[in-house]
Amino acid sequence: MSTRSVTDATFQSEVLESEKPIMVDFWAEWCGPCRAVSPILDRIAEENSEKLDIVKLNVDENPELAMKYGITSIPAMYVFKGGEVVKRVIGAKPKPMLEADLAEFLA
Amino acid sequence: MRQLIIIGSGPAGYTAAIYAARANLAPLLIASSVDFGGELMKTTEVENFPGFPEGIMGPDLMTRMQQQAERFGTEIVYDDVVKLELAGDVKRVHLGDGTVEEALAVIYATGSAYRKLGLEDETRLSGYGVSWCATCDGAFFKQKRIAVVGGGDSALEEATFLTRFADEVILVHRRDSLRASAAMQERAFADPKITFLWNKEVAHIYGDSTVTGVGLVDTVDGTESTLDLAGLFIAIGADPRTHLVHGQLDFAPEGTIAVQGRSSRTSLPGVFAAGDVVDPTYKQAATAAGSGVVAALDAEHYLADLAAGAPQHAAELAV
Repeated sequence: MSTRSVTDATFQSEVLESEKPIMVDFWAEWCGPCRAVSPILDRIAEENSEKLDIVKLNVDENPELAMKYGITSIPAMYVFKGGEVVKRVIGAKPKPMLEADLAEFLA
Repeated sequence: MRQLIIIGSGPAGYTAAIYAARANLAPLLIASSVDFGGELMKTTEVENFPGFPEGIMGPDLMTRMQQQAERFGTEIVYDDVVKLELAGDVKRVHLGDGTVEEALAVIYATGSAYRKLGLEDETRLSGYGVSWCATCDGAFFKQKRIAVVGGGDSALEEATFLTRFADEVILVHRRDSLRASAAMQERAFADPKITFLWNKEVAHIYGDSTVTGVGLVDTVDGTESTLDLAGLFIAIGADPRTHLVHGQLDFAPEGTIAVQGRSSRTSLPGVFAAGDVVDPTYKQAATAAGSGVVAALDAEHYLADLAAGAPQHAAELAV
């Protein structure tokens, strides 16, 4: 199962108004490390579906949000809680390292 | 137990796998969970790998190598090696998920990792304007003014690539000439968007939440200057990724793994090294591939001798 996508149009309702903590994976087709980390995020999402939502946002198709959040490096994985960014993780990392970065949301 | 485990999935690892698999050694290749495919996964057009007269995209080249290795029976695992036990007759490879793989021989081909400038603010601003990957991050600097630090092929390739997005790309180099190949130099010199700052070293990176500029020091007369920038791409070379074998293998003075003569034989019997981890000088995809061939053939001979009951002596190193 792969994580679902959000867009400029659905960001407000799906991310900013989310009741659960939600992580947005800012990615692009041409970014090798994004493709590498994608299946790892799918697994983390699957294993923690009750605690943390994980969604993808394509920065080429949704440049306004990438600019709004000051993205200059991808993959950029931002955790939102109550409409605010509460955690930023940048760069592809192995699963145990990502889980350590996200520990407070997976506990 | 396996015959052979190959650690690394760049040109050295995959080429070793192609040869070892064709020799019916059914190798297991540990590719890494996120860095699989190695450095070429982060490059665009590769124009100097023989057999591709029109050039080939780095990730495509690595996918082809992977498929060629798999075609002959290489098994690939996408996990990271966390610990190696290389001293005994049986080599143990501990993986990130807790499993331990065992083999009679190991080829170590983990390549190299980007060098950092070593500045205080470099890590803090990494991902916020400081980058080591133009192909990953270049598109976020549309119509911006950015700099590339370095003077080799990778620095010029990054600078040339970044002109697709940025208005102005400044190449900062601490000498007054470039190490890069003539072809790369000609292309960069002819590019109206690229300017050169010679004999300058980056001493500071400025910016609260994102990069706003750098402080430079002249390497000849010591004068200081500043440069307003939106991004800084660092391409100052790479160091061999050898932390897993420190204390287990002998090293050359350059920091690469010591090997016997032109072979891939390390200081431990049954342990072979290939690619950037043994090469302080050339570090090309094609030389790494050749180095992988050497390691596979050395491992094949070692395993054949082992099967025939020949005594194994520790390699004597002349470093």
